[in-house]
Amino acid sequence: MNHPSTERVSATEPSPFATKQLGDKIENPLTQKSLKHRADDALRDEYLRAAVAFTTDRLRGRKADSTELLGEWEEWRDRGSAIRSHTIAHLDYYLREFSDRAADKGATVYFAADAAEAQSIVLEIAHKKEARIVAKSKSMVSEEVHINHVLEDEGITSVETDLGEWIVQLAHETPSHIIIPAIHKNRFQIQQLFEAEGGETLSSETSVLAGYARRRLRETFLKAEIGITGCNFAIAETGSVVLFCNEGNARMVSTLPKTHIVMMGMERILPAWDDLEVMANLLPRSATGQKITVYMTALTGPKKKAELDGPEELHIVILDNGRSGALADPEFREVLNCIRCGACLNVCPVYRQVGGHAYGSVYPGPIGAVLTPILQQGLKAAGELSYASSLCGACFEACPVKIPLHDMLVHLRRKYVENGFEPPIEKAAFKAFGTIFSNRTAYEAAGKAGRWLQLNVLGKDTDRSAQASPLMKVAERIEPLAGWTAHRALPETAQRSFREIWPELLDHNSASQSPELDDSYGA
Amino acid sequence: MKVALFITCLVDQLYPEVGVNTLRLLQRLGCEVTFPKSQVCCGQPAFNSGYVDDARKVAKNNLKAFDGADYVVSPSGSCTGMVHHYYEELFADSPRLAADAKSLKTRTFELSQFIVNVLKTNDVGAVFPHSVVYHPSCHGSRLLGVKDEPLQLLSKVRELKLRPLTNSQDCCGFGGTFAVKLSEVSGAMVTEKVNNIAATEAEYLVGTDMGCLMNIAGSMRRRGMQTGVLHLSQLLNRTEASDRKQGYNA
Repeated sequence: MNHPSTERVSATEPSPFATKQLGDKIENPLTQKSLKHRADDALRDEYLRAAVAFTTDRLRGRKADSTELLGEWEEWRDRGSAIRSHTIAHLDYYLREFSDRAADKGATVYFAADAAEAQSIVLEIAHKKEARIVAKSKSMVSEEVHINHVLEDEGITSVETDLGEWIVQLAHETPSHIIIPAIHKNRFQIQQLFEAEGGETLSSETSVLAGYARRRLRETFLKAEIGITGCNFAIAETGSVVLFCNEGNARMVSTLPKTHIVMMGMERILPAWDDLEVMANLLPRSATGQKITVYMTALTGPKKKAELDGPEELHIVILDNGRSGALADPEFREVLNCIRCGACLNVCPVYRQVGGHAYGSVYPGPIGAVLTPILQQGLKAAGELSYASSLCGACFEACPVKIPLHDMLVHLRRKYVENGFEPPIEKAAFKAFGTIFSNRTAYEAAGKAGRWLQLNVLGKDTDRSAQASPLMKVAERIEPLAGWTAHRALPETAQRSFREIWPELLDHNSASQSPELDDSYGA
Repeated sequence: MKVALFITCLVDQLYPEVGVNTLRLLQRLGCEVTFPKSQVCCGQPAFNSGYVDDARKVAKNNLKAFDGADYVVSPSGSCTGMVHHYYEELFADSPRLAADAKSLKTRTFELSQFIVNVLKTNDVGAVFPHSVVYHPSCHGSRLLGVKDEPLQLLSKVRELKLRPLTNSQDCCGFGGTFAVKLSEVSGAMVTEKVNNIAATEAEYLVGTDMGCLMNIAGSMRRRGMQTGVLHLSQLLNRTEASDRKQGYNA
């Protein structure tokens, strides 16, 4: 079986994820359109942009309030970062400890090298249990392996029970945010989806919509033979799985069906319960600005004799799917520190404008732009995501475990260039930049030529009206200038560079004598 | 105090008056200012686009240009951030150059950082009887960690009315080649930034990086806005009250 992280795929081939796991049924959005096309599509969706800006603004405010209340947020981040880095550095040890302890407690533990292996493990369990209905709680790993589609291909109904995930499932879409899957939908769109699902007339009031979802999803909890959950943290010292949840559905899914399958990425480990205290403070505050999650469920093995609640069987599927590749690379190892809080999405000015689907990957936002190229090394469409950033660094500042996402984005761009994915013309342009901007004489000549060109040939780009010269109008239609001038005027051309003025500045050593200080520029 | 101006290629070519104001401000504060002429560019455009070898070539020239300078001061948080945050990594293969990079880092300052933390003053005697909004540029505030210094300096400018800017910490959408690679996204970002600036009805926008100000001013000019745009050095050099409009008219 090919390992996605080591398999090099040429630019024109579809992702291994698309061919191997999805069959012809769904298209991989990552390879369907370029990043620019996906982003431009999203920019035209005014509903999406308004919804994303509204919700992320609210989350930013709540996070600020809840972290201020806690105090010493930077120290909490340091502790979170230290715990995660330590765990990842010794992941082999803690993974073994976790799986041994979990097995001791009666769980069955599986290691899946890739998505296909994880799918067949889950399918095998489902067939053995003759499952017809699977109840799912939110799990990014299950999205990563597209488990719903695989189950449905086998005639098994898989129902998402997280409200947002259910909305997205009814719309035949994928989550557009790690924590708030339906962030891009407003309540009127949700009303339509629910009315179509149940054939009932509802109102757009959120209490009515939530009530409808509660009623429908309870039927699923009671009917499902299997419950599938993700895993927020796996505690190595006792082999326990910890789930954070606000709606209570994860507790339902993990206790009512007779069989419980946990799907977790191999990096979800924490060494000890003491470490969970730090994460329990960091995660909800970073994600939604809550002081604590509404439900924190800790599961240690399946139901024991004389216990009333819990599944009879507990299966834990631990997924690699490219993570070993990250672990082996010191430059990107820290990406495994991620606790999937979504804080980087909420502060990202790019995510704010385009939402999650524009990334075309399971993981959107800054973490997706970093994680996707790392997990799918060698795939051009994945690598391209590293350019979905202005490198403003807001993601790093927001990250509760201090992953240097902005640095990783730059390093991923280097890899993209090393892979030869950039167009030759850009490569040539930067080669010229390297030659001219490393040599004073060449640079001074180029600067003079550039200014002469704009002053004497192109003319002013004034207000994009008739005043712009005909040549400028032509120039403005050619990339990369066209991209700039679509939204902005070009800067006025200076008559002389600073270095040309410098000798005169030395002659006038006081401020009042310098004509250049009079910087009142006409429009 | 001896200071070498690290003028940056953008200021040198497009905004020489910002260089002049940086020079005069430093002179006014008692510095002896030089301009090492072999300097060109920090190399950031290539580095941030993934062209590390080309970036190293440019950065090496910059490294040499400031060899021996006591203090290197720049009117850009972004270019200073490049020297601080990435030069050592860029020259990791050469112990000698890596040592030079480390040394340059300790000697290089963004203008407001230098005035507040090295010259130890936050009152430069400026007078500016206007309403102003401040855009904190991302690289200066996050990569370099210069958040408070510009605000400290602005707080001491007489008669200046600083207006709060909604989501001021959000990037303006410049991001170097990002502005042309994902030009529509960048355009949406600068549009939101300019909407927030317009809502303040401030007379002037001030900032510490000409890349961001070029982007924002270009968008404001496209929209026909009259807001003046000033680099911090230009504002801090206004030492007497005047209603004279200055800056890059939007």
